[in-house]
Amino acid sequence: MKIIISNASSEPIYQQIGQQIKAQIISGDLKEGDGLPSIRKLAKELHISVITTKRTYEELEKEGFIDVVGGKGTFVAIQNKELLREKKMKSIEDMMAETVTEAQKLGITFEELQEMLGILYNDNNE
Amino acid sequence: MSNILEVLEISKDYGDFRLDDVSFSLPKGYIMGLIGPNGAGKTTIIKMIMNLVMKQSGAIKIFDKDHQKFEVEIKKRIGFVYDTPNHYEHLNLKQFKNTVAPFYENWDESAFKDFVHRFNLPLNKKLKKFSKGMAMKSSIAIALSHNADFIIMDEPTSGLDPVVRRELLDFLRELMQDENKSILFSSHITTDIEQVADFITYVHDGKIIFSKTKDDVFEQYTIVKGGNDLLNDETRKSFVGIRAGEFGFEGLTKDRGFTENIFGKNVIYDKASLEDIMFYTNLRSKNNR
Repeated sequence: MKIIISNASSEPIYQQIGQQIKAQIISGDLKEGDGLPSIRKLAKELHISVITTKRTYEELEKEGFIDVVGGKGTFVAIQNKELLREKKMKSIEDMMAETVTEAQKLGITFEELQEMLGILYNDNNE
Repeated sequence: MSNILEVLEISKDYGDFRLDDVSFSLPKGYIMGLIGPNGAGKTTIIKMIMNLVMKQSGAIKIFDKDHQKFEVEIKKRIGFVYDTPNHYEHLNLKQFKNTVAPFYENWDESAFKDFVHRFNLPLNKKLKKFSKGMAMKSSIAIALSHNADFIIMDEPTSGLDPVVRRELLDFLRELMQDENKSILFSSHITTDIEQVADFITYVHDGKIIFSKTKDDVFEQYTIVKGGNDLLNDETRKSFVGIRAGEFGFEGLTKDRGFTENIFGKNVIYDKASLEDIMFYTNLRSKNNR
């Protein structure tokens, strides 16, 4: 597992960690049933408060990414593949929304944007 | 969450200084940092917890027990590290250890040896020849070699160089891997507290300004910067303290959401450090005098 925290980011630390763990679950770097470090271990390694790591795990558990098994530890939850795809789609949608906002700021038309996307998409397929 | 420490409305009047209705609590398994400027009352509070200074009113409970009635029993489970001249300076560390160890039923000789090894402490050198860092490490070795559940430290990092301070902070983090341990420590070196504390209690002029989780503090307190044209009697009210310069102002708010509603995107929001929080709080109390 890899986690890098930025103190310069305006995103709260508990969210930064949550996002990174989620990304690693979605990408498959963390697999179903993999064990995660304890909240105390994680806090010590990242030099942050136990309260922060606890909050991260609580959120991730609520969203169904991890299971906290009392006395045994914390594990990557058995994921519903459909649900995972849904989540990935959602994150692509978010990135596209951001792209659209930025494009509109520059006055780029829908057609121009479509063309850019077409080029990028086909470049990747070659 | 059960509380390891509860301080309930303690007060004491010294004439020129008054500790006023101080309340806070620390749940088991966490580190609390006590911050405040010099003379704010940090050491007095710690001495009251240790029953070295009598309080005039209020109550203090440690391990859920009254700290005076059960003093002997409680103190066996406390490790106390403080910054005062040592009366045993003519002894070496081994002799000093042999003097204090018999006072503790739970003295753990192998734990002490581990500390000596870990901190690289000389056993046969006189204490008065110790550097500040070595003296601090010896106090810790002595204070933590009887399986204390609650560690209280008064200004443990002051006077230490950055390397030793880091070592100490790393050591505290390691200690906290055991969820049954709790730590209360005071410091005016705010960055140390920012680094390791789970809870922050801020004392100013004998009063508690806040006592909450570090995350809460930094999510609420925010530095706001903007043009002076945005300032009027009404908008000024949203700041704890403010400094208006020739080219713009910088202020501290303790309610980010509220301030965002007023200024929206016309200002810049920056993270506040504990130092910022102390500085602007102090600025306000000066202006109110």
